[in-house]
Order: sequence, then C-alpha cells, then structure tokens
Amino acid sequence: MLFEHAKMLKALAAVGEIVGRKKLQKMIYIAKKMNFPFYEKFDFHFYGPYSEELTLRMEELCNVGFVQEMREKKGGYYQYRYALTEAGEQFLTHYNLDMPDLDVCLRSLNEQSARFLELVSTILYFEDLSKDEVKEKVFTLKSKQRYTEEEIEEAYLYIEQLREQAYVKS
Amino acid sequence: MYPNEKLSEEKVFKDPVHRYVHVRDKVIWDLIGTKEFQRLRRIKQLGTTYLTFHGAEHSRFNHSLGVYEIVRRIVDDVFAGRADWDENERLLCLCAALLHDLGHGPFSHSFEKVFHLDHEQFTRAIILGDTEVNAVLRRVSSDFPKKVAEVIAKTYENKLVVSLISSQIDADRMDYLLRDAYYTGVSYGHFDMERILRVMRPREEQVVIKRSGMHAVEDYIMSRYQMYWQVYFHPVTRSAEVILTKILHRAKHLYLTGYTFQTPPVHFQSLFHGHAQLEDYLKLDEAVTLFYFQQWQEERDAILSDLCRRFMNRNLFKYVEFQPTNEEMKKLMELTTLFKKAGIDPDYYLVVDSSSDLPYDFYRPGEEEERLPIYLLMPSGELRELSRESTIVDAISGKRRTDHKLYFPKDFLDDLSTKRNVKKKIKQLLYE
Repeated sequence: MLFEHAKMLKALAAVGEIVGRKKLQKMIYIAKKMNFPFYEKFDFHFYGPYSEELTLRMEELCNVGFVQEMREKKGGYYQYRYALTEAGEQFLTHYNLDMPDLDVCLRSLNEQSARFLELVSTILYFEDLSKDEVKEKVFTLKSKQRYTEEEIEEAYLYIEQLREQAYVKS
Repeated sequence: MYPNEKLSEEKVFKDPVHRYVHVRDKVIWDLIGTKEFQRLRRIKQLGTTYLTFHGAEHSRFNHSLGVYEIVRRIVDDVFAGRADWDENERLLCLCAALLHDLGHGPFSHSFEKVFHLDHEQFTRAIILGDTEVNAVLRRVSSDFPKKVAEVIAKTYENKLVVSLISSQIDADRMDYLLRDAYYTGVSYGHFDMERILRVMRPREEQVVIKRSGMHAVEDYIMSRYQMYWQVYFHPVTRSAEVILTKILHRAKHLYLTGYTFQTPPVHFQSLFHGHAQLEDYLKLDEAVTLFYFQQWQEERDAILSDLCRRFMNRNLFKYVEFQPTNEEMKKLMELTTLFKKAGIDPDYYLVVDSSSDLPYDFYRPGEEEERLPIYLLMPSGELRELSRESTIVDAISGKRRTDHKLYFPKDFLDDLSTKRNVKKKIKQLLYE
C-alpha cells in the first residue's frame, strides 16, 4: 500500500535534492526505461516524456509533508526544488526498499543537466526506431533546443553506460 | 482518389451531445465500419462509474465519434482558409480524432494498473499492425498509418495538429466532459463548446483562444474541476475500481500458482504471463470480462468468488478518509495485523486509494513549460497564459487538493459471529 509513493521518496533519499520538475520527470522516466520498478505512465509532451501521474504523486507527497517543495524565481519562470523531509524519512522506514542499483543510477542522472536528460529521455522514448530516425525526431520535435550531433552521440554513449551498470549489478 | 473521395450522400449519426455527427469522407466511413472500431461499442467510456451513476453506460464508440465531430467542426468551419492552417492535414486530423482511443481495453484503467499495460501502445499496434483499420489507412497512402499513429502519440512534427487532439483544451476533453456530464446526469460539467470553437485560432505550435472567449474557457476549466471531484473521483466508483483491481490480482495469483479454475481464464492467459498479444487483447472486451466475473462467483476460492459477487451485485467496500501521515501509517500497520487475526486477508480487503491512482488531471498553467498551457490571443496579437488573465482559473490551479481513502468490507466487520473482539478493535481503530 502506498508503495509507489514510497519509491518516489526512496528516489529522493538517494540523491538528496532534485532541482527542477523537468529533471525529476526525466530521471524517473530514464530509471523506468532502465527496468527499475517505476510504473507511472508517461506520454510524450512538449519537453519529452512526461507523467501526469508522477506530478500528482509528488503533489500528494508535498501535501502530506513528506516532501518539501521550494519555489524560486529563475529568469522568466519558477523553478522547484524537491527534498525529503524528516517525516518522509520516517515514512520510508515502514517499507523495505533496498535498491542500491537504483541509488547509483539516480545519482548519476542527478549529476546531469535537465537539458541533457531531456535528450536522453527523448532518445529512449523512440528507441524502437533506427538511430537516423531518432535523430530526425530529435531535430524536428526538439528544434528549439538545437541539439547537436555530438550531444546525441554523447547521449547514446551515456545510455549504454547506464545499461551496463544496470545489467552488471542486477 | 481515395483520400478525397466523398460519400454520394452525407451520413449522420444521431448524437445526444452534438445532435448530429456528420460523415462525408469515405475514409472515415470505412474506418467506422472496421471491426477494431466497432469493438469500442463494447467498452464503456467511464469504466465502473455506472455503478454510481446508472446512466453512465456510454461507450468509447460514442466518445470517439464525438471527438471526430468536434475536430471536423474545427477544421471545416473554423480553421478552413486561415493562415497557419494547412488544409492537407485535414484528413489526418479527422482520422486521428476518430481513432485516438482505439487501443483501450475493458475497464482500461484497472487492467493497465494490474498488468502494467499502456493502451496507447495498443492503439499504435492496431493502427500499424495487420488489421482492418490499417488496411483502410494504407489506401490513403503507405505512410498514412504511421502519421496517424504519430499524431495520437503526440510525436507528429506539426504540433498544431497534435494540439487539436491532445492539449489542455482539446477535442478529446471537450467531448468527454460534455458526454460524461450528459450520461451521468449531473448538472455541472456543461460549458459553451460552440463559443469555444468559434474563438479558437490556429497558430504554428498550437491552438490558441481569442481573449474575448476567455469566459467560455473559464467555464470549461471549472467544469473539468467539478467533474473531477464529483464524477471521476467519486468514492463509490473508486470502491468498485478497487474491487475490480483485486479480482484481477487474485485471478492472476491463482493462475500462476496452479489453482484449478472451474472456469479457466482463457482470455486472460497472455496478460497473466506478462506478454499480452494484440490478437488476444482485441478479443477481451467488457462483455467477456463480465462473463468471467459472473462465472467466478461460483469458484471454490473464497476470495475470488467473494470479490466477484461484490462486483456483480454492487456490494462494494466502505471507506474512511486516510491521510498517510506517520501516525496514520502506524494505525494502518496495526489494522493490517488485526485483519490477519480476524481471518480477512489485508492484501485484498484493506486498500488505500489515492487521487494519483486516477487518469484525470486538472488544468496546469505549465511552470517550466512541461505541459503547454492554454494561451489567450490578446487584441494586440500577444499571447498570454490563461491563469494570468483569469482570476478564477488562477484560484483553482494554485495549490491542489489531493485525497486518499482507506477501503474495507464493512459487512465482514459487522459480522460478529466470529473473532468478535478483534473486529470490534478494528472498527474502533477505523472510526476513532
């Protein structure tokens, strides 16, 4: 019961703090694509894969005081920071959620920029397509982000590393 | 040429929401006649809601026709001839609107949760696979099925086309809000769709709304908010959904542990094994599902038969409000132990249900622009996000209400012929 909420808290506990809603969304999506047990449903939106379910779950966790959401003005928009509260930590003790591989994966993801994670998650969303088709998707659907060929190659390499990590440790 | 072929006479479907659904295009008429589209007649739009609002028996077939009709009115009556609108995208819009829900299964939401399915993947599989729908679309052009699938998946390059079918003010939502309000019989949920359609304008990336139409859009946002709490999130509907989910879990568990069913779950086998095949999936509609539930009322397994009787006879779980604070969580642990002592399996009979378990959403102004917000087209030509202009929308899209409930079978607890003291203690904890 409330297991999916607990997993979200576990993700926050692993990284300490996540800056930005976009980053949070992409981190969970990428972890899901690495076969970690996240079951939120993602659709393709303006900035890549996005889950309304995940947004609502975070709101629930904030409303009940397990997650602290801090809003700060950044340029023309607001940015949100998420961190686990003491009550959230206590809540986690009700669950046996030992997933060291997930911690490693999420920490790595949290070190990346939101822009890069947006690219990685978009590539993963279209992973059934050929590399050339994926590139075309990135260039047309994400034209405003102006991703370069080099960044796309870097993203592919990063995905490979994540997969190796997840594979070796599982 | 097939893409432009018109029927010799316009066909109309009588519709209680839009009065008439008009069809002139041969492609649309042929798609409606395919077996995959006809299957939607056997899948209710609102799943278990009919157990709360008895009128809510309408199907995804009705809704799909409704979405098609709204898009048809937009592209033919409002967008035609305007700058930023490419007439070549007309048929694509109509087909995507008609087919957007094609992959929904029976009681979609519960099935998706239990078996980790995604109806959008099935929509794609039907459109691109060896199906009657695919055969019709391919007659338009070889790449047309792919384009339709991309619009529905929101990955088509022309974002204006995508936004007609899927955005925060799209034909899908407008139809389901009006249709669900009509069939449930509730008085909220209504808004002036004609007015909204008249003030929609195509822009490069999405549909925007003329500033003069703001009040009609406010009404639409309010309707969405009220329908969410009054209909979609109704606690009795959620109770039925909880039981349905538990039936599926129980049947899967029994199947995988070698239980011998009196009525074996033939249609569920590939789902239970975690590799649902399209062919099997298309055979599984609500009539088939309810047949099994009807039969399983007689199964020897006490939990499966009890849950099926509850669902079929509407003997649903009761609920108490539940805030998952640490104090309440301790109480929940204690309740779990007491349920076991009382011989009531908490895995099936003590369930927390949260607002995030539902597939509906509120309007979000779009901080960090994750979701494209609704834009108003000001007289100056500037675009402004709706909640910055409307105090009503600003008020309801601020801090959002969330909700959790704890469901349990009250009738089991009221039966004090066994485990009297434990049950009394449970009730005390639940209602204190």
